Amino acid sequence: MVKVKAKAAPMDNPAGLFSYFGVIALMMLGFYIVMDSPNLVKKMVGLNIFQAAVFIFYISMGKVAGGTAPIADAAADLYSNPLPHVLILTAIVVGVSVTAMGLAIIIRIKRAYGSVDEHDIAAADAAADTAADTAGIDTAAAPPPESP
Amino acid sequence: MTAAHLPVLQVVAPLLAAPLCVMLRAPLAAWLLTCAVAVIAIVIAAILLFTVTAGDGAVLIYALGGWAAPWGIEYRVDIVGAFVLVIITGINLVAVLCGRASVMREIPAERVFLFYTGWLLCLTGMLGIAVSGDVFNVFVFLEIASLASCLLVSLGRDRRCLSAAFRYLLMGSVGATFILIVVGLLYQMTGTLNMADLAARLPPLAQSRTLQVAFAFLTVGVGLKAAVFPLHFWLPGAYAFAPSMAAVFLAGTSTKASVYILLRFFFSVMGAELSFDAMRLHWFLLPLALAGIFAASVAAIYQSDVKRLLAFSSVAQVGYMILGVATGSGAGLAAALVHLFNHALMKSALFFVVACMVLRVGGARLADLAGVGKRMPLTAAALVVSGLSLVGFPFTAGFISKWALLAAALDSHGWWLALLVLASSLLAVVYMWRVVEAVYCAPKTASAESQTVTEAPLPLLIGAWLLAAANVVFGLSTELSLGIAERAAVLLIGDAP
Repeated sequence: MVKVKAKAAPMDNPAGLFSYFGVIALMMLGFYIVMDSPNLVKKMVGLNIFQAAVFIFYISMGKVAGGTAPIADAAADLYSNPLPHVLILTAIVVGVSVTAMGLAIIIRIKRAYGSVDEHDIAAADAAADTAADTAGIDTAAAPPPESP
Repeated sequence: MTAAHLPVLQVVAPLLAAPLCVMLRAPLAAWLLTCAVAVIAIVIAAILLFTVTAGDGAVLIYALGGWAAPWGIEYRVDIVGAFVLVIITGINLVAVLCGRASVMREIPAERVFLFYTGWLLCLTGMLGIAVSGDVFNVFVFLEIASLASCLLVSLGRDRRCLSAAFRYLLMGSVGATFILIVVGLLYQMTGTLNMADLAARLPPLAQSRTLQVAFAFLTVGVGLKAAVFPLHFWLPGAYAFAPSMAAVFLAGTSTKASVYILLRFFFSVMGAELSFDAMRLHWFLLPLALAGIFAASVAAIYQSDVKRLLAFSSVAQVGYMILGVATGSGAGLAAALVHLFNHALMKSALFFVVACMVLRVGGARLADLAGVGKRMPLTAAALVVSGLSLVGFPFTAGFISKWALLAAALDSHGWWLALLVLASSLLAVVYMWRVVEAVYCAPKTASAESQTVTEAPLPLLIGAWLLAAANVVFGLSTELSLGIAERAAVLLIGDAP
C-alpha cells in the first residue's frame, strides 16, 4: 500500500490515486493465483495478470495531467510521456515469450505425466524418487506414460 | 576502430549466432558455430578486462546507435563488469569445447541444434547483464537469459526436468517482474534509466517512501534470481535434472550474473551509503546469508543424488557471497567477488566431473557412482581436487576466498561470525566426503562392475582437469582473482557519489 505515496501524490486526494489501487489489487490477485492454484495453466494465467498489473502501472505513470497524446501538433503544448509506453511494449513482448514458453512446457508435462495438476506431478516425482532409491532403476530410461 | 565496438560485439556475437544455429540444424555445425562464438567471446572479454585494468579505473562507454546517454542506451564496462565477463566466457569456453560427448549422449540428435541455440541465447543474456549500463536493458537481458536457461533445463532426459523447468520459469518471471517494478519506480522518481544518472539523482531521495518500496522489491526480486535463501527452491531441481553440460554452464554462471545485478543495483545505482546506512541492508542480508549457508549445507548432506547435492551446495555458496556483501566493508565485498570467481571454477569443475561419470555410469545417484573411482581414476582425482577446493583446503582457490571472507568477518563482526564460517566449512567436508566415499570406498555395484565403465573420453577428461587445475592455479596465484576483486570492490564502494 505504501506505493500510494508516489511522487507528487496528493495524499489529501486518495481518489486521484485510483490507478494505483487498481494496480495493487490486480497485482495481488495475480500473485495469489500463481502461489495458490495447483493447476499449472491457471498459474500461467495468474502470472499474466500479475504482469498486466505492472504494465498498467507503467502506462498510468506516463500520463501527464492535461497532456495530450505524444504526437507533434501545433495546437498542443503539453504531451504525455511516451517513454514508459515504449518500455512496456518491450515488457509485453517479454511477457508473451514467457507465456509461450510456459504453455509449451505445460504441454510436455501433460504428455509426460498425464496431468497439469501440481499435486499429481509432485506425487509422481516423489514416487519416482523412492522407486529409484530402493530398486536402483534408472527412471530416466523408463518411457513416460502417454496421456489418456 | 573495432576496439571501440568491443562492448557491443561481446553481446552481438552470440545473439547473431543463435538464429544462425537454428538455420544450420546439423549437430556438428551447431557445435562448431558455438565453439567459434565461445572463442570470440573470451577473446573480447579478455581484451576488455585488460583495457579496464591497464588504466586507473578506466571505464569503457559505448553509446548504442550513437545516441549519447541519458537519451540513448549506454553500455558501460568497468572492472567489475569485465571481471564477470571473463568468468562467464571462461566457463562457457571449457563447457562448449570439451563437453560435446556429453551433449551428444544426453540430447537426441535432432534437438542438438536447439540445445546450442538456447545455450547461445543464455550466453547473450548473461553477457548483456554484465555490460549494460541501463536498468531496463538489464531486465530484458535477464529475461533472455532466464528463458533460454529454462529451455536448456527442459531438454533433460528425465521427465522431472519439465516440472523443474516450469518452476524455474515461474519463479524467474516473478523475480524479473519485481525488478521491472523497481525500474518503473526509479524512473517515476528520477526520469532516467541510465545507471550513472540514477546514481547521481537518487541520494537526495533517500527518505522517499517510493525509494524504500523500490528497494524492498529489488531485494526480493534479485534474491529470487540469485537463489538467496529462502528463495532458492527452484534451483536444486533445475540443476539436478538439466542436461549435464547445461548444469556445468548454469551452475558456473547463472547465479553469478544475478549476484552481479545485486551488486550493481545496491552499490552502483543505489550507492553504498543508501543501501547500508539508510536502508540497513546488512541487518537483513546477514541472517539470511547465515541461514542459507547452514540450511542448504545440511540439506546437501542428506541428498542421494550428486547433482542435487551440488545444487544445494550452490545455494550455500551464494550465501557466502551474500555474507561478504553483508559485512558492508570493502574487504567483505572483495571476498564476495573473489568467491564469485572461485565458486564458478569449483562448481563447474565438480559438475563437469559428474557429467563424465554420468556418461559412463548412466546416473548421478550416490549408489550409481559406487566404486567408479577404480574404473575412472583420473576423473575421480579431478573430483577430489575440486572437492577440496569447495571445502576450502589450502593451496586451492576455495581457500583464498574462505580466507578473505574470514578476515572480513573478523574485521566487521568479530570472532563469532568467523567461527560460524569455519563451522559451515565442516558441513561442506561432510557432504563432499559422502561423494568421495561413494566413489572410492563403496563396494562396486552391478553398473560400475560392467566393462563399459572406463575413463571418460579425452575431451571431457581435459575439460574436467582444466577446471580442476584452475582451482589449484588460482589457489597459488591470486593476482588475477583476488587482485582484480579488490580493485573492483574499491570501485563499487567508491561509486557512491
